[in-house]
Amino acid sequence: MRATHEAHLPPAQGTDAAVQPPPQTPVPMNGAPAHPQHSLHTSSAQQHEHPAKAAAFVANDARLHWHDQAVWFIRAKRDRVSSAFPEWEQLRALGSQIKAHTLSRLADYLEHFEKKAVSLGAQVHWALSAEEHNRVVHSILASRGVRRVVKSKSMLTEECHLNPYLESHGIEVVDTDLGERIVQLRREPPSHIVMPAIHLKKEEIGQLFHQQLGAPAGLSDPKALTELARQHLREKFLGAQAGITGVNFAISETGGFVVCTNEGNADLSTALPPLHIACMGIEKIIPRAKDLAIFLRVLARSATGQPITSYTSHFHGPRPGGELHIVIVDNGRSRILQRDEYRRSLHCIRCGACMNTCPVYRRSGGHSYGVTVPGPIGSVLAPHLNPAAHASLPFASTLCGSCSDVCPVKIDLHHQLLVWRGELGRAHLVPIEKRVGSAIGGWILARTWAYRFFGKLMRSLLRRLPRALVYHRWNAWGRQRELPDAPRYSFREIYRRRRGK
Amino acid sequence: MESSREEILRSLRAAQSSPAVLPEVADVGIRYPDAREQFAKSVSEVAGRCVFVGDRRRLDEELERLPEFAAAQKIVSLVPGVHRANVDLAAVADAHDLNDVDFCVLPGELGVAENGAVWVRQGGSPHRAAWFLAQHTALVLSGSAIVHNMHQAYERLEIGGPGFALFVSGPSKTADIEQALVIGAQGPRSCTVLVIEE
Repeated sequence: MRATHEAHLPPAQGTDAAVQPPPQTPVPMNGAPAHPQHSLHTSSAQQHEHPAKAAAFVANDARLHWHDQAVWFIRAKRDRVSSAFPEWEQLRALGSQIKAHTLSRLADYLEHFEKKAVSLGAQVHWALSAEEHNRVVHSILASRGVRRVVKSKSMLTEECHLNPYLESHGIEVVDTDLGERIVQLRREPPSHIVMPAIHLKKEEIGQLFHQQLGAPAGLSDPKALTELARQHLREKFLGAQAGITGVNFAISETGGFVVCTNEGNADLSTALPPLHIACMGIEKIIPRAKDLAIFLRVLARSATGQPITSYTSHFHGPRPGGELHIVIVDNGRSRILQRDEYRRSLHCIRCGACMNTCPVYRRSGGHSYGVTVPGPIGSVLAPHLNPAAHASLPFASTLCGSCSDVCPVKIDLHHQLLVWRGELGRAHLVPIEKRVGSAIGGWILARTWAYRFFGKLMRSLLRRLPRALVYHRWNAWGRQRELPDAPRYSFREIYRRRRGK
Repeated sequence: MESSREEILRSLRAAQSSPAVLPEVADVGIRYPDAREQFAKSVSEVAGRCVFVGDRRRLDEELERLPEFAAAQKIVSLVPGVHRANVDLAAVADAHDLNDVDFCVLPGELGVAENGAVWVRQGGSPHRAAWFLAQHTALVLSGSAIVHNMHQAYERLEIGGPGFALFVSGPSKTADIEQALVIGAQGPRSCTVLVIEE
């Protein structure tokens, strides 16, 4: 990404990305890198994807808590900086309204953007799918004989799996955001859209750099590791024949676009090579330049607790003597736009705040989602592309609603997760335990007499039943938890007794 | 056959919801009692350094007081009056030759108090690679060009002509390794804003 980051901040801001495709090979948290192939197949076994992968993550309790705290730390910073502004809620409301308006006239805004961008000298391409996006990018590179490419953070290109595609055609692609470079060297996907390597410890990164970049053995100081990466990446910038970036915001009014990073890697990627390819999802459009004020004020603060990214670069047309290509990608987004109940998910500006606050993300790690964009927003987006493959994701939530509360563009995330659950259930894409359990629960909760009767029965049984009858394979909840002692009386019974006296 | 462009636009038009109103974006931003003071505070919060210079003629002197500038050999300046500037970008054929620039002085057009960002526009200057390859940077900004917030900034700026421009807020930085803040990721290792008070 572009990165954003705190005064103290992390990396870059996630650029785009949206829906993602296919599950990726599970990645061990430490140890052998998984390989990079991204398979597209779907099978019924994958319906259990999130719980199974999360189980591997939570097996290491110390690491789980470390990850939880690391991510929560960013959420806390976001709280501090957002509460410093009395107008914060107003900014969220305005951002949401601007996005809703834009989506209601998206085709017009895209056409106008294209017209203005072309008049500035850019070439605009359109891609319906990830495959078409990859073909378009490759054909631009191939026709100019490009063999070495640098790329700043772009979740869209991750979503499309551009890197493996270009590599299979003999083109070297170097991710230049530090976190992205780290996961690229490990041949694994990012685990967070803003902080791609948040799941790794500095010792693991030291070992990686020792193996691949010639760092001395045992180096684990972040400063020294970053310096080493700096030298490595600057060589790559100087050797590149083309630069690829994402797009944070595309301005319909002017035909320009904005890319945010903390490292300056988007700028180095585009200021040296003569060819710049910018890849954007159709939802990146905003109507007016002045709308940037709203989104830039909330983006980095929500992402990392920084007031703004170090570099917020506005590109209007190619460099003198250079070429600028803009690739506008649908890849399932127009289908989301058709669905009233999910449309607001296209408001997303990829800040990652919903991940940082999510109790499930924090305790299961980004890789457990098996998609490019994890967390609540990813769980809402992914099932659109392949409901069967990602049916477990809308259940990877407690529905606590914290994601919706922190979202800077007011996406009703927890509500959409709930809507997905119903839809997936009706499509029979939910495991039998959940279906049966939900049906029984629904039947009981719809009948006052049944609720009272079974409540009383269970309060009594839970105190008497042998453990094996309570903690069994159908009780997924009890796998890592102990039920509290069953109370002797229900709330209703206590309340009636007190009132009676 | 329908092109991807036509197909995307057609499916978007088919999917479009009922029109939602585009809100007018007034200046809803915070105001500070003293925008310059807040600007300096914001710059230091983003790991930059803010120096107030009483008189533009003292610019050179203030630059020499910066250890990074004093030690610099190869200096680019797009601000007139920096006497030790010794790289003329217009005379450089290939931007790749700018990899060893030690210091780059850039003119800032506008500063934003809420986030320490400074607007820098490329205009007709060649080789913006120098801005990002330089080991250290300084931005020279007029004190009268500091606004309170981003809404005011975009009201004042002209966005849209061809060319490159950006907000710079502090040096290149990263916290990608265990969230430890490291200054000098791939770009400039320091960023000093010299505010000319006139």
